[in-house]
Amino acid sequence: MSHVVSPIRETLVSGGKSYHDVTNDICKQVEGEPTKEWKIAFGVSCLVFAYGAYCLGYTWWQGIGVWGLNKTVGWAWDITNFVWWVGIGHAGTLISAVLLLFRQKWRTSINRSAEAMTIFAVLCAASFILAHMGRPWLFHWALPLPNTFGSLWVNFNSPLVWDVFAISTYLSVSLVFWYMGLVPDLATIRDRAQTKASKFWYGAFSLGWNGSAKTWARYEYVSLILAGISTPLVLSVHTIVSMDFATSVIPGWHTTIFPPYFVAGAIFSGFAMVQSLLLITRVVFKLEDYITIEHIEMMNIIITVTGSIVGIAYLTEFFIAWYSGVEYESYCFINRATGPYWWAYWMMMTCNVVSPQLFWFKKIRTSILVSFILSVVVNVGMWFERFVIIVSSLHRDYIPSSWAMFTPTMYDIGDYIFSFGLFFTLFFLFAKFLPVINMFEVKSVMKGVSTNYPYKKKSSGEKSKETVH
Amino acid sequence: MENNKKRYWRGIEELTNSSEFVKHAHREFGDAPTADDKGEALIDGTNTVRRDFLKVLGFGVSAVALAACEAPIKKAIPYLNKPEDVEPTIANWYASSFVDGGDYASVLVKTREGRPIKVEGNKASSISKGALSARVQASVLSLYDNEKLKGVSIAGSSKDWATADKEIIAELGKVAARGGQIRIVSNTILSPTTKKVIGDFIAKYPTTKLVTYDANSVSGLVQANGGILPSFDFSKAKTIVSIGADFLGTWIAPTEYAGQWAKTRRVNSAEGGNKEMSRHYQFETIMSNTGANADYRSTYKPSQEGLVVTALYNAIASKVGGAAISSASVKIEHLDKAAADLVSTKGASIVVSGSNDPSVQTVVVAINALLGAYGTTIDAGNAVNYRQGSDAEMTTFINEAKAGQIGAVIFYNANPVYNHPGGAELAEALPKIGLTISTNDRSDETGSLCKYNTPDSHYLESWNDAEPKRGFYSFTQPTISTIFKTRQTQSSLLTWAGLNGDYATYLENAWTGTLGGKTAWSKVLHDGIYEPGAGVSFSVPQTGLADSFASIAKNYKANSDKMELAIYEKVTMGTGSQANNPYLQECPEPVSKACWGNYAMVSLATAKKLGLDQEVELDTLEVEVVVNGKSVKLPFIVQPGQANDTVAIAIGYGRTKAGKSANGVGANAYPFASVINGNIAFSNTGDVQVKATGETAKIARTQTHNTVMARESVVQETVLSAYKKNVEAGRFKPTVSTAEGKKTATDLSLWNGHKYNNHAWGMVIDLNTCTGCAACVVSCNAENNIAVVGRQEVINRREMHWMRIDRYYSSDADVEDVKGLEYASENPEVVFQPMLCQHCNNAPCETVCPVLATTHSTEGLNQMTYNRCIGTRYCANNCPYKVRRFNWFRYYQTDEYDFQFNNDLGRMVINPDVTVRSRGVMEKCSMCVQRIQAGKLEAKKEKRRPKDGEIQVACAQSCPTNAITFGDMNDEVSEISKLLAVEHKGRAFGVIEEINVKPNISYLVKIRNKEEKVKKEEEAVVEHKEHA
Repeated sequence: MSHVVSPIRETLVSGGKSYHDVTNDICKQVEGEPTKEWKIAFGVSCLVFAYGAYCLGYTWWQGIGVWGLNKTVGWAWDITNFVWWVGIGHAGTLISAVLLLFRQKWRTSINRSAEAMTIFAVLCAASFILAHMGRPWLFHWALPLPNTFGSLWVNFNSPLVWDVFAISTYLSVSLVFWYMGLVPDLATIRDRAQTKASKFWYGAFSLGWNGSAKTWARYEYVSLILAGISTPLVLSVHTIVSMDFATSVIPGWHTTIFPPYFVAGAIFSGFAMVQSLLLITRVVFKLEDYITIEHIEMMNIIITVTGSIVGIAYLTEFFIAWYSGVEYESYCFINRATGPYWWAYWMMMTCNVVSPQLFWFKKIRTSILVSFILSVVVNVGMWFERFVIIVSSLHRDYIPSSWAMFTPTMYDIGDYIFSFGLFFTLFFLFAKFLPVINMFEVKSVMKGVSTNYPYKKKSSGEKSKETVH
Repeated sequence: MENNKKRYWRGIEELTNSSEFVKHAHREFGDAPTADDKGEALIDGTNTVRRDFLKVLGFGVSAVALAACEAPIKKAIPYLNKPEDVEPTIANWYASSFVDGGDYASVLVKTREGRPIKVEGNKASSISKGALSARVQASVLSLYDNEKLKGVSIAGSSKDWATADKEIIAELGKVAARGGQIRIVSNTILSPTTKKVIGDFIAKYPTTKLVTYDANSVSGLVQANGGILPSFDFSKAKTIVSIGADFLGTWIAPTEYAGQWAKTRRVNSAEGGNKEMSRHYQFETIMSNTGANADYRSTYKPSQEGLVVTALYNAIASKVGGAAISSASVKIEHLDKAAADLVSTKGASIVVSGSNDPSVQTVVVAINALLGAYGTTIDAGNAVNYRQGSDAEMTTFINEAKAGQIGAVIFYNANPVYNHPGGAELAEALPKIGLTISTNDRSDETGSLCKYNTPDSHYLESWNDAEPKRGFYSFTQPTISTIFKTRQTQSSLLTWAGLNGDYATYLENAWTGTLGGKTAWSKVLHDGIYEPGAGVSFSVPQTGLADSFASIAKNYKANSDKMELAIYEKVTMGTGSQANNPYLQECPEPVSKACWGNYAMVSLATAKKLGLDQEVELDTLEVEVVVNGKSVKLPFIVQPGQANDTVAIAIGYGRTKAGKSANGVGANAYPFASVINGNIAFSNTGDVQVKATGETAKIARTQTHNTVMARESVVQETVLSAYKKNVEAGRFKPTVSTAEGKKTATDLSLWNGHKYNNHAWGMVIDLNTCTGCAACVVSCNAENNIAVVGRQEVINRREMHWMRIDRYYSSDADVEDVKGLEYASENPEVVFQPMLCQHCNNAPCETVCPVLATTHSTEGLNQMTYNRCIGTRYCANNCPYKVRRFNWFRYYQTDEYDFQFNNDLGRMVINPDVTVRSRGVMEKCSMCVQRIQAGKLEAKKEKRRPKDGEIQVACAQSCPTNAITFGDMNDEVSEISKLLAVEHKGRAFGVIEEINVKPNISYLVKIRNKEEKVKKEEEAVVEHKEHA
C-alpha cells in the first residue's frame, strides 16, 4: 500500500508515538486485565441485553400483538429499528472501503471499530427482521432453499426478498473484510501472547500470518478486492432497503427519490454513530493520540455534507408532493408536518437538517462535547426519520375509515433496548478481545514515519520498533 | 403399536379372497424361494438369528416411528350407526324459524355432521324474504353458549327434571287450591300452538293470567291502531316520513322494512331504467341507522316529539282541507317540505313514529288517514303479531307482585328484572311470590332470583310454530338434539298442567288437523312456511284526535333548554337478550362504529357546552349521567347529528348475569325510561345532568376517523335530479396526462394483466341501497370462522372482521382545509360503504409477499395461503383498502380470548370448510372461496356450468336489501354482468381507481333524493386535476 502522505496534512497520530508505543497502547487493552471502566460498561450492557432478551422472548412467546401495532399500522418500531441499524452499519463499510479506495489516510485509526460497528449493527438489524415476523420460526422460507413443497420458491418480485439477499450479502462481505483486516493485528497479539490460551486462539485466528513481504502483498490485494466488492454494497444495501417502501403504493412510501435519499441518510447516521462510539472509546481506552481532533473534524464535515443531502431530499419530497398534484401524497406530507405525529416530523427536521449545520462553525466541529451531543442528536433524528416515513405514512393512507394511531408498548421499547444491549455487549467484547485500532495501518500513517524516514517506508510492524525513536 | 390396527388390502387378490390367495396368504412374498417360513417367527423373536437382528431392529424402529407420526385425533367419535341422511363433509339444510320475543325470521339452517353452523334467510318466506338481521345471523352461536343452564336447578342447586316437575306441580296445586294468582310473564308469543298450550295450562289452573310485555314496547302504537299492529309496506311509498322510528335498524321488523325501502331506492342507469326514488325524511333525536340513510334529516328533543307530530298533522290538514287543531308551534327544519311532499304523493305516502305514546300515535294514524295511506302503504287488514306486549298489564303485574297478591309466577323467556324500567321493584317483590319459576336459558337477572330454573331449549333445538302475520305461518324444527338437559317450556307447561309433555306430538297433531294429513305437515316443515293468508277487511281506526292533541299539549313542550335523555336500541345489540353473544358484542353499531359497550352520546355543541372535548382518534372522557337521582358512569362520544342538549344511551348493555361476554359491559339504561300515558317512553325529560368525572375512558370503535376527507375517489355520490340528467353524475374520473394526451388512469398499464378463461368472480355493491345494518358482517364472521378478539383488542384496533362497513359523515369544511375536513358537520349527511378485500387484478399485496403466501387465482380471486404465511405484514401495509387482518396472537384456545374458540362447545360452530387461522398469519376476505369451490363441484358432478345465483357469498346472501351482487363476470347472462354492462356507463366505480389496482369489486354511486345544491350541478361530471 502506498504510504505517501501529503506534507501539508496535519499529523494523524499525535503524542510523538513510536511504533512500539502504538503496539503497546493498543494491545494493552487486549492483554491486560479488564479495566474497571470496561467492567462497568460491559456489566451495564449485559444487564440491558438481559432485559431486552426478556422482552424479545416474551414477544416471541406471545406473538407480536404485544407491540402497539394494529390493522392499519403494520410496521412501526420494528422496521424503524431495522432500517436505522442497517443505516448505521453503512459508515463502517464506507470508511473502510470507500475511504480506502480514495486513500483517505485519516480513516486508519477509526476503520476497525467502524467495521465492527457495521457488523454488530447489521446483526441488530437482522434481529428485527426475525422479530417482526408473525412466525419467526419459519424465517428460512424467505430464502430460496430447495424444499419439498414442489417448485415453491420465494417471490422474486418482493422487495423483502431483495432485502434478504442484500442484508445477508452485506453481512458476509463486511464480516470477511473486517476479519481480513484483523489478521495482521491478531498475529501481533499472538506474537506477544503470554498465556497458552491466547496463543492458541489468536494463533488460530491469525491464520498463520508470518509478516513476510509476500503475505503483505497478498493482503494488500485481498484488501483492495474486498474494498471493491464492498463499495457497491454501500450504495446497494440501503437502496434495496428503500425499495421496501418505494415500490409500494402507499403515499409517502411510493417515492422514486428514496434510494439516494436513504443512502445519504444511512451514511449520515452511520458517521454519527461512529462518532459517538469513538468519542467514548478514545476516553475509555485513552486513545486520544490516535483519534485526534482532526479525525473528529473530518467526521463532522461528512456529517454536515450528508445531513445537507438529507435535508434537500426532505424538501424535494415536499415539493414533489405539491407539484405532482396527487391528492393522497399531498395530504400525506401535510399530515406529516401538521397531523397527530407532527412532533416526530419536527424532531426529525430539527435533528437532521438544522443540527448538523452547526458544524459550519469551526469551534463547534472541533469541540468534543458538542460533537458527541450532536452525533447522538443526529441518530435520534435519523430514528425519527424512519419512524415518520413508516408510521405517519401508514397511519393515514387512502381510506380514512381505517386511519389509526400507533402507540408503542413496553415491548416495542424493550425490543429496541434489546438491540442496544446486543450491540454494546458485542462492542465491548470486541473492544476487550480484539484491537480496537488497526495497529499496522496506523503505523503506516504516523507522521514520523513518512516525513523523517521516507525511504524506509517498507519497514512495518514489529520490525520497525527498534529503528524509530 | 397396539393402536396400529389398520387393515389394508395387499392387493386385489386379497379383496376377492380367492382360494388360491388364502392358501398363500401367510407368505409375504408368494412363491419366492424362502427356505424356511421364518417371517412370523422373525417378528415374534422366537427364531431370530444373528443376521436378522438388524432387520428386526430396523423394522421395530421404523414401525414405532411411523406410529408416532400419526397426528393425535381428539374426540373424533365415529357413528356407531350412521344416520341415513348425514354424510360427512356434506351439509344438510333445514328450514326453521328464528323467534326471539317478537323478532322473527324464516331461516334455513346449515348443519354439518349434525351441528348447526350457519343460519341463512329462507327466500321462500313472503314475510322475511330471506333477509336476516345481524342478530339472527349471530343466533347460531348462542346455541353453543357454555354459560346457559345445563339442566334444572332448584334454589341454585342442580336437580333432575322429575324432581322439579313433582315439586312444581305440588306447589302449583297448592297455589291453585287456595285460589292464589298465577302469572305467566312473557315477551310477545308468536306461536299460536304455544298460546294453546298456555290455554291448556290456564284450564288446569284457572287463576293463571298471561302477562305479555316487550322490552322495546310499541304498545302505544297498538293502542292507537285499535289493538292491532298494522303491516307497513314502504315499497309502495314515494314519500316516507319517520318521526323517531328507526325502521331500518331496530323498529319492529327492520329487515323486512329495509327490503321494502330498498325497492324504492334502487335505480338503474340503463336507458329507460328506473330513475325514480322515494324521498325519505327523518325527524329524530339521535342519529339512528335510519336517519343516516334519510334524504332529509332534522332533529328534535324528546320533549318536542308530540308537537312535531301535531305540527305535521296541521301542515297536512291545511293542505288537504282537513281541520287544523291548534297546538303549540314547534320549529323543525324540513317539516313543511315533508308535509308538502307527503301531500303531493298522497296515496303513496307513509308516516311512521317511534313514539310509544298512544296520543302521539293517534295523531300519526290521523295523518296517515289524511294521506290515504291505509290500504296502500299501510295494511291494517293483514296485521302483524310482532309486538303484543302491553305496558299497562306489566305495570299491573309489578304492582300486584309488590302488594304480595301473586302466588306463583312463571317467567317464560322474559327477563323483566333486567329489561323493564320497573325491574328493580320487581326484584324486590319477587321474594313475596311463593313459587317463582324461570324458563330462561340461563340464570339471568330474573332467573337467578327464581327458585326454579327450568331452562327452555334454544330455537335450533326446538319444535314450534309462529304466526308473524295473520294467516302467515312459519315452523321451527330442531336441527340438533338438546345440547344440555333443557326442555321446551311448552313441554314443561303441558307437564305441569298434568298433560302429556310431548310438545312435538302436540304440535304435529295440531297441524295435521289443520292441514289435513301428515304429508302436508311434512311439506310445511320442509318449506318452513305455510302462508294461506288471512285477508281480513279493516277500517281505519276511529281516532280521538282532540283528546290526543290535549294530551300532547300537556306532555310536550315546544322549547326547552334543559338537558334531556334519549334511550335507544342498537342495531347490533337490540334489547340485550343475546348480549352474551360475542359476535354481536364485537359487531360495531352502524352509526357510531362502537362495540363492546354503550356510552353517552352528545352533540358537538352540547359537548362544548359541557366542557367535554373529544379529539379525533383518541381516548375519550368518562361522564356521569344523572337522571332523577339515578346515575351511571359511561364514556362519552360526540355524535354528529344528535339534537343539542340531549344525551343518549343505548339499552342492551349493563347485563350482570348473562355470561362472561356480556357481564359488566356498559351500563343498563332501562331504569331511566319514563312513562307517558301509561306506556314506557324511551326518553326522560326530567332532571338530567351530565358531568365529567375527570377520568379518561376508552371506547372500542372500529372506525375513529369520521369523515371521508373530501376524497371523491373513495366515496362518490350525487343527487337524484343530477342523476336523471346524466347517469354518470357524481362519478369521479381520474385522468393522467401522457404524451398522447389525457388518458383515463385505469387505461394505463405496463402489462396485459391476468387472463381469466373460465370464471371471473366479482361483486357489485350498491351504495344507494346499503343501509349499513351489519348483517353481512356477522354473516361473514359465522361463515369464515372469524375470531372474536374482545374489547381490548378492538381498542387496539385489531378486530378481525373481513367485511366492515365504513361510515362517513359529511363535513362543512372547504376541500382545501384538511384540518377542518376531519370534523363532521353538525347534522351531516352519512354514507355507508361496505369494505372488504377488493380482489384487485393488479394486487399490491401479491407482489410484496416474500414467500408467495398471497397469490392470484385463475378466476380473479386474490387468495391467501395461511400455511405459507410467515407474517411480515408487508401485504397489509401495502393494501390501499386496509382490509387485511393479522393474527396478532393465537386467538383460539387462549384464555385471554375467552370467546367461542376457547371451549369445546363453542368450537362446534366452526365451519369445517374454513381453516382456523393460527397466530402470526395474515387473513382476509376469500370471497367465500369454499362456497365457490362447492358450487363448482356440484356443477361438475352434473357435468354443467355453475348457474348464476347458485353460488352465493355469505355477505351477499345475507343482505336484507340485496345491495350486494355477486357472480361470474365472464358469464354474460349473470346478474352481475348485466348490471355492470349498464352501470359501467353509469354509476359503477372502483374505490381509488387512479392507483390502478383494478379491483374486482365495483361500487355504485350513492344517490340522495334531495334538492341539488347549485355548486354540485356545475360538477355533474367532474374533470379533475391529473393524477400521476
